[in-house]
This record gives sequence, C-alpha cells and structure tokens, in this order.
Amino acid sequence: MPELSYRDAIRATLIDEMDRDPAIVLLGEDIGVYQGTFRITADLLGRYGPTRVIDTPISELGFVGAAIGMAMLGLRPVVEMMTWNFSLLAFDQIVNNAAKLRYFSGGQVEVPLVIRGPNGAGVQLSAQHSQSLEVLYAHVPGLHVVTPATPAEASGLLRTAIRGRDPVIFLEHAALYASRGEVPDGDFVLPFGRAEVVRAGDAVTVVAYSRMVGVALEAAERLAAEGIEAEVINLRTLRPLDVETVLASVRRTHRAVVVQEQWRLFGAAAEIAATIAEGAFDLLDAPVERVTGADVPMPYARNLELLALPDADDVVRAARRTLYREPASAGGHADG
Amino acid sequence: MAEVIMPKMGDAMTEGRVLRWIKQPGDRVARGEPIAEIETDKVNVDLEAEDEGILAEIVVPAGEVAQVGATIAVIRRKGEPAGTPAVAAAPPARTPAPATSVAARPAPEAPAPPAPGSESTVPVAERSAASTVRASPLARRLAEQHGIPLASIAGTGPDGRITKEDVEAAAAARAPSAKAPAAAAPAVPTAGDRDEPLSRMRQTIARRMAEAKQQIPHIYITMSVTMDAALALRRQLNEGTDDTRKVSVNDLVVRAAALALRRFPALNAAFVDGAVRYYGDVNISVAVALPEGLIAPTLYHCDRKSVWEIAAESRALAERARAGKLRAEDLQPGTFTVSNLGMFDVDVFAAIVNPPQAAILAVGAAKPQAVVRDGALAVATVMQVTCSADHRVTDGAEVARFLAELRRLLEQPVWLVASRPAG
Repeated sequence: MPELSYRDAIRATLIDEMDRDPAIVLLGEDIGVYQGTFRITADLLGRYGPTRVIDTPISELGFVGAAIGMAMLGLRPVVEMMTWNFSLLAFDQIVNNAAKLRYFSGGQVEVPLVIRGPNGAGVQLSAQHSQSLEVLYAHVPGLHVVTPATPAEASGLLRTAIRGRDPVIFLEHAALYASRGEVPDGDFVLPFGRAEVVRAGDAVTVVAYSRMVGVALEAAERLAAEGIEAEVINLRTLRPLDVETVLASVRRTHRAVVVQEQWRLFGAAAEIAATIAEGAFDLLDAPVERVTGADVPMPYARNLELLALPDADDVVRAARRTLYREPASAGGHADG
Repeated sequence: MAEVIMPKMGDAMTEGRVLRWIKQPGDRVARGEPIAEIETDKVNVDLEAEDEGILAEIVVPAGEVAQVGATIAVIRRKGEPAGTPAVAAAPPARTPAPATSVAARPAPEAPAPPAPGSESTVPVAERSAASTVRASPLARRLAEQHGIPLASIAGTGPDGRITKEDVEAAAAARAPSAKAPAAAAPAVPTAGDRDEPLSRMRQTIARRMAEAKQQIPHIYITMSVTMDAALALRRQLNEGTDDTRKVSVNDLVVRAAALALRRFPALNAAFVDGAVRYYGDVNISVAVALPEGLIAPTLYHCDRKSVWEIAAESRALAERARAGKLRAEDLQPGTFTVSNLGMFDVDVFAAIVNPPQAAILAVGAAKPQAVVRDGALAVATVMQVTCSADHRVTDGAEVARFLAELRRLLEQPVWLVASRPAG
C-alpha cells in the first residue's frame, strides 16, 4: 500500500481508469499542454493524446454542456473545474441538464459525468476563488456530491464516481492536495453514502467532511487529553448522506457538533443538525452545535483568512458546550 | 397585567405547591380575596390577590410545585386589554427570586397588541408547569424513567436547563436515601415494621432540627418559678369573662419572656455569618403541636402588647394553625420561641433552639410542690422553665440572669399587666 499525496492519488486513479476504459475522456482549462493548474493532469496529454485529454476554451458553460452531450452518447467525460468557483458559469448546465436528463427521459438517457476540481479555502486565493460551494449542488436532486478527506478516499470515491451512471460533483480540497496518506493498491472502490467512524468515542459526536475531518480529529485528540472521548464521523459524501451512521452515534453520545468550512447560514451543518433533531430528539442532552466559517467573503490576508476558517479550537469549545463545560455561545461567528 | 408569584412564607421556604386554585381563569378577583391554596414546607396557606381584576392565566396548575418568586398566575387589571401577553414577562420557574411576602407584582411593561373586539373573551393559555421547566430532551426522558418530577431537579445548564447529569445526580441522591432505612433498620426485623415516607412537614422538621443540633452548641439552664401569684392574677383576670377572652398561663409566660428579653438582648438574637444579630423587635414564636407535627407561628411585638392582646392573638394563631389556615406573616421567623408542654403534665424538658434564633424557652407544668420557705415546709405551685441557648451568642450566666428576670416578673405579676414597661 503506497503512501501518496492527495494530488497523486487522484492522478493515479485517473490513469488507472483511463487505462481500463477508453470511453473516459478529460476536458478542462489548461489540463493538457499546461499539465493542470494543480498538476493533477501532469503528463496525461502525452500519455493519452489530444482526443482524450482536451484543452478547452475559457468557457465553463460550453465545455460542461459538451461533456453532458458526450456522456449522453456513451462517453465517460471527467471535467476539471480549475476551481469550483468557476462552476457558477456552468451552473445552468449542471443543474438544469446534467441533473435532470435521467428524470426527463424516464430513465432512457444517462449522464455518467464527473466534474472534479478544488473547492474551499485556505490557500490565500481570496473571496472569489475560496468558496465552499457544496451545498449549492447538494441541494439538487439528480446529483451526487462527494467530499473526500484523505488520499485513499479521493482514490476510492473517484473510481466510484467515474464508474457510475449519474453526474457526480467531485469536490477536492485545494488545501489537501499536498497531504499524504496510504492508498490501497488495486481496484480500490469506496461506495457513496457510507460514512466512516474515523475515531470512536462516547462523549460527543463530531460530524465533518473534507478538510474539516482533520480539524475534527485534532480537536478530538485535545478533548481526549481532558478526558472527553469524541467520536469523529467522516461523511465522505453529502449526497447521498449517511444519516444512519450519524444517528446511531448521536443516540449513544447524546451530543453532536457538526463542522463545516462554508458559511453558517443554510449550510450542510444546518441540514445535518436538523436531521439529528428529527432522528434523535429524545436522546439529545444539548442543542446540536455548529462550527462553521465566518459569514463574510473570504479575506485574502493570511491572518484574516485563518480567523474566518474554523479550527480545532472552535471544535473543542463547541464540544465542551454540548457537555455544559463551556458557556453557551452567542452564535453566528466562525466558531458558532 | 400583574403577576401572582409564589410567596416566601418562612425563612426555610424555597418552593411551594399549589394545592388548588380557588379562582379559575376568567373569574373576577378582588384585592385580598383568596385565589389559591398553597402548601408550604409546613402548612397550607390561602394566597390572597393583591390586585383587582380578572384571573387571566394560571401558570402553575394545581398539584405542581413552583420556586419562591416564580409566577404562578397572571391577573389582568381593570382596564387592561384582553390578550396582553402575560407570561412573556414571567421569569422561568427556577429563577431564584428575592424573598417577598404574599404579593402579586406588576409585570414589566409588555407591549399591548391591538385586540379590537376581543374585550369580552378571556384568552386562557393553559400551560403545564412541566413545559416551563427547561430540560434537555434526554433529561426529560430520563426523569420520566426514574419517576423524578422535573420541577424537583435543579438544572445546571444555561438558564437552569436540566441536563442528563442533573437527572442522574438526582436519581443517585434518591437511591441512597431509599437504602438508608435498610442500613439503619433494627437488627431483628419484625413483620410489623413499616417505613412511611416523610411528610413535607416532617421533612422540614427533620432538616431544621438536625441542622440546629449539628451546628448550634446548646447550653441548657433550668429554673423553678413559683406560680401562685401568677395563677391568682390569672384567676382575677378571667373572672366573669367569657372563654374567648380568657388569658392562659402561657400568655403570661410569653408576656414575661418578652419583657425579660428587652433587658437581655443576647437572648433575642441570632448567630449570622460570624456576627451576632440583635433583633430590634421582640417577636415570639409559639410552638403549636398539630397531629402532623410541630409548627411555631409568630406573635409580633410581644413587648408592646398587653396580655389580653397576646391572649387574643395567640388563640387566633393556634386556631389558624390547627385549621391549616396560617397566613404568610404568621410563618415569618420570630426572634425567640416559647414551647409549652405544661398541658401534658411535663415537669421539665429541654428544647432544641429554633434556628436562626439564639434561644428557646421550654415550659413545664405548674404543679403544687413541697417547698422550703423561711426554714419550714410549705406547699407552692412551682413551674420549671428551661432555656436552651446558642452558646456562640451568649453564656450561661446571661441565660441565668434572663431566667431570674423572667421569674421575678412571674412571681410579681403586676408588672405583666402594668401599663408602663417593667423596670
């Protein structure tokens, strides 16, 4: 089992799948000659040639629409968004065509399309290029939304995404590309809708996804030092959402903290908190805590960017609040 | 709108139970009219309205317990529009409130919403008290499983929210008490044994007496008082008067004690937070035996009242106590207590100081006895009195001087009825 970076795990998986299935084609800005803005597609143009690794014009609406058409006709396109912020230009194609064609056609047409690229903040790309847009897509029926937290997950979930029959929003995290971890050899596949309990505990359940899983684990270590054993759940995919794993945990711990990088209002944490309230109300001993990003456009300045992002401190405090060891929060800001 | 709050009746009272509502929502209430019956630590008291209007809402239903100071009902005053939000301003039941006598306080000003045409209808928002107790869902569930009323649990969460931990602590606190009788049970249990749970009054007596015996270093001084002159005076006072105006031996003792306390303030005092508080008034608690236990309602300003006034008030107090109709002011703590077991033919006994007071007088029966007078045997009517005192506040010699003064007043009882203070 080799240790790979998150970046290399994605690249290696693309290569595996392209070797396996000639129907897989890559589209995106600067993925060929330039070898990819984040080097995910380094050397792939040389390997597979310009018919399978297609440099596109700067026109998200156009190339996503083209990819949807390819998918409808039997290819398996994997589109790179230079960052997910640019997907807003293709929002209509994704939401109104990719997500709905199976439904509109009564199941006669499938759109086996993967759109992948970096989502989220933490690498000083400022307000327009640091957004966490997962809930825009998780809101829409007809899409899968995938949020890998580790190199192994990036690999296993990408395989499932490429082999599926429906459009997948594959949200890599820009701040995780250099992170390293063991990736199982061979045909490693992780199913959608199956969360992982990455750390067992009985005092409080911490639910996270993507980069926040690492933050939650760091917080759990610090909580353990004061005798609070937190259970950390990595959702892996937001749609489908593994409600049962979350509820089973909260029913044991009676407390929950949900961590997300994105803005607080109408965020994923709100959805998960509501799901917990619906499924475990009588077993809760405290309100579900949300730890979220600040309700501001992401600042460029490093110190301000760090302030606007949730960190392990925030999670520790939220966990302590659910245990009544910390005064209740006023709510609203980065740490909730 | 005026809130009706759970009154503080007696120093030890922290919560009370609404036994029944005499008035129902929609009923007119007049100032001073009883609207509910309240069960306190020891007795049942009629709660009187302090405002005139319409009983708009019952916040704490009959049978439920509320903290002292908590809103238990709302009265809509004359002229106030119906539908004025009432309980919006009510403090949560568990909020500690300042001690107040029976009172209906005006609520903080609430915005009066327009209620055109709704004047004739009284909106009744029946709310169960349980819904006003803040508790986590899990805590509610656990409390139900343990059979512990939520209102009896002190919440430690934000705004007094009851948490899982609080319920578990309450459950744990119950468990040992349930086991305790077993541990203390006689070595040879018999078939006739039975454990009866403590009544509210017994609980209070048990707690206060245990506290007094554990915390107050008692000193006991006994003195014999020749009562012939006092009894002769009593006969004269009662001659030809009907039963309702008669003066008892105890009334004379109370009057004598009050006058003696004026001269010995250390006996009319309390040990509080490392200081001795000398009371300005002489308010004497008179122990009254009831079938369900002991209670000591208070006679105010005994040093400034005639024996007839003391007699009349004492009789009324005892009647109210036996009828379970004591008023809030009857239960405010006095400054000294007189406990009389003379009617049971008791010669002498020592009482436990009634906290926070510093002293209590235990009075035995006045009986003919052989005494030595001028070197010869004689028969006199002798009554033994024992004063128990808090030795932190005063000493044996002071107690003895107090008793000597008490004896002087009872043996020369003209001072008990003289119009100017004894001196």
